[in-house]
Amino acid sequence: MAQAPVLPRGFELPLEPRLPRIGSVDQVAVEERAATLGKRSIKREAKLWALDLAIRTIDLTTLEGSDTPGKVAALCSKAVRPDPVDPSIPSVAAVCVYPNLVPVAVERLRGGAVKVASVATAFPSGQAPLDVKLAEVRDVVEAGADEVDMVIDRGAFLSGRYAKVYDEIVRVKEASGSAHLKVILETGELGTYDNVRRASLLAMAAGADFVKTSTGKLPSAATLPVALVMLEAIRDVYEETGRMVGMKPAGGIRNAKQAVQHLVLVHETLGPDWLTPDLYRLGASSLLNDVLLQIRKERTGAYQSPDYFTID
Amino acid sequence: MSELERKRGAAPVPVDWTYAPAPEARDIVSLRERYGLYVGGDWIEPHSGETFTTIDPSTEEPLAEIAQAGPEDVSLAVEAARSAFENGWSALAPSERAKYLFRIARILQERSREFAVLESLNGGKPIRESRDVDLPLSAAHFFYYAGWADKLEYAFPNRTPRPLGVAGQIIPWNFPLLMLAWKVAPALAAGNTVVLKPAETTPLSALLFCDVLRQAELPQGVVNIVTGDGRTGAEIVKHPGIDKIAFTGSTDVGKAIQRELAGSRKKLTLELGGKAANVVFDDAPLDQAIEGIVNGIYFNQGHVCCAGSRLLVQESIYEQLIAKLKRRLGTLRVGAPLDKNTDVGAINSRQQLDKIEELVQTGRDEGAEIYQPPCRLPERGYWFAPTVFTNVAQSYRIAQEEIFGPVLSVLTFRTPDEAVEKANNTPYGLSAGVWTEKGSRILAVAQRLRAGVVWANTYNRFDPASPFGGYKESGFGREGGLHGLEPYLRFESSEPFGS
Repeated sequence: MAQAPVLPRGFELPLEPRLPRIGSVDQVAVEERAATLGKRSIKREAKLWALDLAIRTIDLTTLEGSDTPGKVAALCSKAVRPDPVDPSIPSVAAVCVYPNLVPVAVERLRGGAVKVASVATAFPSGQAPLDVKLAEVRDVVEAGADEVDMVIDRGAFLSGRYAKVYDEIVRVKEASGSAHLKVILETGELGTYDNVRRASLLAMAAGADFVKTSTGKLPSAATLPVALVMLEAIRDVYEETGRMVGMKPAGGIRNAKQAVQHLVLVHETLGPDWLTPDLYRLGASSLLNDVLLQIRKERTGAYQSPDYFTID
Repeated sequence: MSELERKRGAAPVPVDWTYAPAPEARDIVSLRERYGLYVGGDWIEPHSGETFTTIDPSTEEPLAEIAQAGPEDVSLAVEAARSAFENGWSALAPSERAKYLFRIARILQERSREFAVLESLNGGKPIRESRDVDLPLSAAHFFYYAGWADKLEYAFPNRTPRPLGVAGQIIPWNFPLLMLAWKVAPALAAGNTVVLKPAETTPLSALLFCDVLRQAELPQGVVNIVTGDGRTGAEIVKHPGIDKIAFTGSTDVGKAIQRELAGSRKKLTLELGGKAANVVFDDAPLDQAIEGIVNGIYFNQGHVCCAGSRLLVQESIYEQLIAKLKRRLGTLRVGAPLDKNTDVGAINSRQQLDKIEELVQTGRDEGAEIYQPPCRLPERGYWFAPTVFTNVAQSYRIAQEEIFGPVLSVLTFRTPDEAVEKANNTPYGLSAGVWTEKGSRILAVAQRLRAGVVWANTYNRFDPASPFGGYKESGFGREGGLHGLEPYLRFESSEPFGS
């Protein structure tokens, strides 16, 4: 049952000097701004710096019906040592798997710096009863997941039942305990940038540690303008309350150039403070090897065959 | 997890991200040491032998020697244009005229990188802008007017449009090639020939354009380019062989031209200064409005006649908007014009820098509060940091006079009526901006703003199909669109006994 929103501690919006405004987003202008930032020319040492950061912030993901313990174990090795022949390449931030595979990942990554994230709450649709979702969240946290990636109930959101969406996030946040909560908005289903902004603010008000664009199950996912709208919402929350919420674009980021564009967007919207795995993640399954390829190209001046990089 | 794997993952995170220089290659442009005057399809030396040096304003490095055209040279150019007009160009099949214009447009596209680099080199504007704005728009103007050349009868039905003859055109230094395109394309499409003078500080793209004319095999004398300072411009204005003057530049010079032409049969259009109001209502999409404000005043270092130099903010969002604006200013990248990541380039000339500095000083003296983001300006060249003045009163000089630099004056208002009143309270009337989510308010406010162009939820957006021009001291006549053809035509049906 929907309750009136209660703001979590540290997130009370001040009534002075003005009422909090949700505000709106102009589509033409936001797309233009994203396109301009996407054209930044990042070269040489600046590019290497960004590629290195891209690896550090990757949530290396496998979310397939065909995932097995073997597949996840291999992914974990890749996450820790993305390039076995180059010791200067850092580990990724986390691996992201389905709930059933959390124990495998936890086992493989125990004692290291790579975190385990699990999707939950009836991923990817979110169309399940709340207590089922909460049970799933408690299960993955109990199994040792450090981070929970939940989906919002888009059905509720699009039918205007914002309190239900808000409430669910609050309850999931409670159930997550000390695990970090990333809230997936599935922006491809929200339809407008206004909705993306509204959902971002709602998620942050309900206690999200991160807001995340997409499940990766839709063709339209982490576009630059969508990411920009979310970053601007994060900035507004920071300016209003001082609270730093993280950002995770996911879905459709397949090559190093896109990753650098996303990092430029963060850099020029939120500033350097957000350029850390604590506040920024790139959700991706096939990005890593292109980044490795580009790093080797920057260092040696030549592209190498993909066969020189392990697939997982 | 293996021992080998365990050792990984604790490397220190690097701290700062500085973008490495990303300069556009300069060697695509090959400059001559010295340029003559382009008259009758040939390069000629100025009669007086006088030249001046044109420089790169971002480094003060000399680029080339430019001819100073005197009265004799202007006469030669006018004669060449007259002879081209009478011996072929005006009688050419309109579809043939169109063909030349299409060719010029295509060549500009093909050589756009070369022109973009030259434009940034000689004018100080960021390559991002010359590449993404000046060049595409210049080509678009030629394409657009090429399309009209053989459709004039349909553009002005029952009015029998005819060309005027020789057009004298004087253009400014802020968009050297684009202003040339705005002037030359409609003039040629209408069947006129041209004598054009580029600005003293930025002649190089117009001189490179002569190369395009040759490549397009435009008949000799149809376009003549004479370089020089204000004296050359004055010679063009008073030359008896010229049928029409088109001038873009300062209001003072525009007034002088109009005085000079009083009583003559020459037609005149003037596109002069501006002090545009950019009006932000409290329901505006704020982050996009910030981009519009920044684009409105810092685009091309504020060297834009339609720049949104007066920001009118509804008081209820004033503090939040100013905080956002200041933060955004901190991310503007000021520096080398040829760097692809530069947002704000160099001031065009010493003279302009002096003028900006003088007006900014009056702003401080009158009691406005100044904000400039921390940025390191290069030591050589002409530079001015992006500047915002708050606490500005309508009566301050910085709220009244055109600064033509990266300087924004912020005023507040309480109601839509007050916004319109303040926006219109200026001798100028070239452009304005309105920011609100409310469509009805956009229409209501736009209707009451006395400005030639009103942008809604955007700023500094141009299209060849859209007429551009001013009210009041911002000039008269329109450039662009169908309206832009009219000043280059006479209409026989309205002059039944000939003229």
